Amino acid sequence: MSRYMYYPGCSTERSGRAYRESLSAVCDRLGVNLVEIEDWNCCGATEYVGVSLSPAYALIARNLALAEAARENGEPVVASCSACYLNLAKANQYMRESPQLNAHVNTALAAGGLHYDPGTVEVRHLLEVVMHDVGLDAVREHVVKPLQGLRVAPYLGCMLPRPDPDHRWKNHERPDDLDRLLASLGAEVVDYPLKTECCGGHMTQIAPKVGLELIKRLIDEAERQQADMMVTVCPMCQINIDAYQGELNARFHTKHRMPIVFFTQLMGVAFGFDAKAMGFGRELTDARAALRKVGTAPEPAPVPAGGHRPRPDKRALPMPRPLDDGNGSASGATSEVVR
Amino acid sequence: MNAAPVSPVPTEVDLQTVFEPTVIGFTCNWCSYRAADLAGTARTKYPPNVRLIRLMCSGRLDPAFVLKAFAEGADAVMITGCHPGECHYIEQNLKALRRFRLLRRTLEALGIEPQRVQLVWASAAEGVHIAAEIARVTDEVRALGPLDWPADAAADTGINLDSAWEATGGQEAELAPAEAEQAPEADR
Amino acid sequence: MSGNGTTPAEGEIRIGVYVCHCGSNIAGTVDVVEVARWAGEALKDRGVVVAREYKFMCSSPGQELITDDIRDLGLNRIVVAACSPHLHESTFRGATARAGLNPYLCELVSIREQDSWVHSDRSAATTKAKAILAGGVERVRRNVPLDPIDVDINPATLVVGGGIAGIQAALEIADAGFHVYMVEREPSIGGHMAQFDKTFPTLDCAACILTPRMVTAGTHPNITLMTWSEVTRVEGYVGNFTVTVRKKARYVDADLCTGCGVCEEKCPKKVIDETYEAGLGYRKAIYTPFAQAVPRVPVIDRENCTYFEKGTCKACEKFCEKAAIRFDQQDEELTLQVGNIIMATGYDIFDAREIAQYGYGRLPNVFTSIEFERLSNSAGPTNGRIVLRDGVTEPKTVGVIHCVGSRDRNFQNYCSAICCMQSLKFAHLVKERTGATVYNFYIDMRTAAKGYDEFYQRVLEEGTLFVRGKPAEVTEAGRLPGEDGKMVIQVEDTLAGRQRRIPVDMVVLSVGLKPRSDAREVATRFGISSSSEGWAIEKHPKLDPVATMTEGVFIAGCVSGPKDIPTSVAQGAAAAARVLSRIQNKSIRLEPIKAEIHAEHCSGCRICNGLCPFNAISFDSVLAVSSVNAAMCQGCGTCVAACPAGAISGSGFSDEQVMAQIEGLLRIGMNGTAPDRRRFPVASGETTGDRTAEEVRA
Repeated sequence: MSRYMYYPGCSTERSGRAYRESLSAVCDRLGVNLVEIEDWNCCGATEYVGVSLSPAYALIARNLALAEAARENGEPVVASCSACYLNLAKANQYMRESPQLNAHVNTALAAGGLHYDPGTVEVRHLLEVVMHDVGLDAVREHVVKPLQGLRVAPYLGCMLPRPDPDHRWKNHERPDDLDRLLASLGAEVVDYPLKTECCGGHMTQIAPKVGLELIKRLIDEAERQQADMMVTVCPMCQINIDAYQGELNARFHTKHRMPIVFFTQLMGVAFGFDAKAMGFGRELTDARAALRKVGTAPEPAPVPAGGHRPRPDKRALPMPRPLDDGNGSASGATSEVVR
Repeated sequence: MNAAPVSPVPTEVDLQTVFEPTVIGFTCNWCSYRAADLAGTARTKYPPNVRLIRLMCSGRLDPAFVLKAFAEGADAVMITGCHPGECHYIEQNLKALRRFRLLRRTLEALGIEPQRVQLVWASAAEGVHIAAEIARVTDEVRALGPLDWPADAAADTGINLDSAWEATGGQEAELAPAEAEQAPEADR
Repeated sequence: MSGNGTTPAEGEIRIGVYVCHCGSNIAGTVDVVEVARWAGEALKDRGVVVAREYKFMCSSPGQELITDDIRDLGLNRIVVAACSPHLHESTFRGATARAGLNPYLCELVSIREQDSWVHSDRSAATTKAKAILAGGVERVRRNVPLDPIDVDINPATLVVGGGIAGIQAALEIADAGFHVYMVEREPSIGGHMAQFDKTFPTLDCAACILTPRMVTAGTHPNITLMTWSEVTRVEGYVGNFTVTVRKKARYVDADLCTGCGVCEEKCPKKVIDETYEAGLGYRKAIYTPFAQAVPRVPVIDRENCTYFEKGTCKACEKFCEKAAIRFDQQDEELTLQVGNIIMATGYDIFDAREIAQYGYGRLPNVFTSIEFERLSNSAGPTNGRIVLRDGVTEPKTVGVIHCVGSRDRNFQNYCSAICCMQSLKFAHLVKERTGATVYNFYIDMRTAAKGYDEFYQRVLEEGTLFVRGKPAEVTEAGRLPGEDGKMVIQVEDTLAGRQRRIPVDMVVLSVGLKPRSDAREVATRFGISSSSEGWAIEKHPKLDPVATMTEGVFIAGCVSGPKDIPTSVAQGAAAAARVLSRIQNKSIRLEPIKAEIHAEHCSGCRICNGLCPFNAISFDSVLAVSSVNAAMCQGCGTCVAACPAGAISGSGFSDEQVMAQIEGLLRIGMNGTAPDRRRFPVASGETTGDRTAEEVRA
């Protein structure tokens, strides 16, 4: 069982309880041992770094110092919220780059009897741990109730793959990690082009017009793609899209009802946990109706290796090869029988 | 573009009183020597503590050259070569890298601070870079002080190094670890 | 003694020292008069007979000082303290030779680039100049006369790669009356140029200007064409390479085949052609890549042939009137003897699927530049109609994105050189053939060669819209009026200073050029070096762009970096000229900086064998010793440093020379006096420079 220091972040205590409940069950099932950092504090979310840098990073680094002191064998810190993840990772990087910031932060930490050497603790996000340390093969092994028939729009938000201070993501603009994870659960994954667009963050609080416009774009596109629900990795994204649909409908005269859930909730359902135990029902835009579609579609036929390229019409030109095809066959040709 | 970090240039007066290290730099004919030429053409300043020797390749660097430099009074040695993948002799700089690592480990075991032997990659276009690296190494060694090799190591350790050296076949035995690493089977 | 043979002067070593002012370049920072005075006195016991300073040593009077002294004072070693050896070493060695002394007994040490130009403190710079000079004096004491090595040149030449650069090189040499072997990996020569429709900036039809050259190369009596073949091994050295070529089975008897094309017509198996048609068109399992292919002999693609797959079919065999189909043909290995090699192996294109936000491979109407070349080519899959992926609809708005994968720190830092002009050409062709609105998205417009900027002006006048900015993404998620059913290019227009969303029907990605995927492997096979990206490295980027560090191996075209057609052709011709001068000279003189193994000291451990990247060291299993082939040795000295028995000496850079130079450099410390010498194991209390190698190693 691999061990990680877990930084829950404030939202998992209240609005993101469904995340906390589901990820605990799922990680347990996957052999991911999350040890909560004792006496952790708020990461400052998106606001504090904009107010004053040194205190903001002292606030963040305190968590890293605590984790460093409490860990046994060099365990990384795992965050489940994208904002928390980014703040922790940025503290690591900026303190390393700026001796001045490092000195300021450590002066503050010293007041509490703590010290942190930047870079000593690895900071990671839960999705990335699931993808890289657990792996899709292990995930598939635990799927007992494939999500066939459920059409999902994977939504990462803007803070996870960018700016990626530790170079953990292969593709920053259109990462397909969440897509592949959800597909491995048996769900039908739509090619959601806005997967790394901003959810508005706290704009809903300070400039509702801007915030609601950003949310509307995301929901419009998910509906256009006929998704049953959106799936996210971040409590801030979840609450923004989940909680403001009424206000949004009133402002824009729309009738959106697009549920949004955490990826761990769907993993839990696929792993056979009870939907309620996975936090379904806690969301404001009810996802339970959509969840009933699970199992309504037959299992899709496996795509043959080096499969045919879609060509709707005899006159149409072939599409390019998919990327994971490598450099193509040795003969520089792709087989397509035309008889 | 010419703004390589410059450490204070010593004046004649403080040369008599303040410690100024002497650094021997081994350069590759194709990259770092040309980088030094470029630093010159561009008038990029660096401390005068370094004295360069041209080899055809960093792969030519016999670890004994480094020992020789220390024996003759150098306080530090810079080994410079082409960036990995850019060697004019395909991959000989990587052989220099392996020798460097072993040599540094050996010297550490002998009590010589690792900063006194440094490996720097510099392409022929990196005049500013090599000037900055020379300045950096000089500063680091200045902070370390003179190479504190005992005036008579034999007296210090109680071992007769001269006879130990000669008994083991001199250079051959001293280089044995490095050579072992270069054995053909370890090579591929 | 390790050097080359024995020390020449059994008697006294008589050194002349010459310190150059270089106007004020050196004298401005270094007290050259003092340096010369010091050398004459302090280095007298090191053999310095005379020490002079002069305003410009490289001038005729300066050189005469040296030649006169050699004659009048009986000097047998020369040290010049002046500029970098890369600038004037040959000048002073030439002067030395003119006075009858072996040129390798002259050393040039740099007190300009390494001293006066990089330091400002006069006292410290003068001290350093003395140290550098003392290093040169100690080193030159250990110099020995060396003789250049002469090697015969086999007049036959190998050209690797049959693109336009390789064709040009082959034709130049063949026309001069010498034999050329041309090896091409694909079934036909022609390279990337054969895929293009028009060439910028003149808009010549690529096929019209390329095909005659291909035919000439294919029929030239002095050219042996080997297509569908690859070089698998290169042995030997300049003048005498032995090259192994694997001729892949075509399954067609090239002597019988008339190139009528019936087999291709009758073959029932159609596959997507990923190479020549860039995945946009089809070919059969037996095929010639295009109509003007040279040679006009098809190959059977074994992987896709129904007969090889299922054991039945043989349609091609049935219909071939000349009975030229040979299903039992095997790969052949051929051995060629050549004196020189020209590598013109070309480039690959950047894989646009790596930039996911541009949607290539996901959004059907995003095309790469090479796909667009095929689309606009009248012999291409749409007969030159510029249409969307559905094969029918003409686009009304087209966006051409420059610098895809180039000038991008996430992918390739370098400029691919051809994309600006290629993108302008696309804009012109789209306008001409469809009348569509065309947007070009560029970072900087680079139109530097002859006629290029005029072409840019022309495209501007034709009404193509230019947006300076690197698009952030190409998305199908429209949200504004007019975006429905279109792709939207999101871009910051850096001239207008605002974000723009531009709806288009078609996107063309002007993808950058990349080294061949196997470039590194091929470079190793031919013993040449490549950059971190994989481009071949020139002997000198400015002054010797078609030669490599490996004697006898030349490069032409995009193998060393992105180039347009005129430059590739010029390089092909230049490489040919270099080879022809070698052939005409019949032999070549090599620098005598070589390693040599002294058999009597060699223990036969073979450590050196694996260290040589040029395979210059071979092992004689009878005598159980290794030896160096002087013509193949490039003089890096790695084996010299590695030999545990000290049996390998490196002429020009011997252990004695380097050790002595170290001693000299440290003769005076930073404060101008001798530094502390430490009792250190290697020194054994005394210096080694004046002891012979045997004494040191004994």
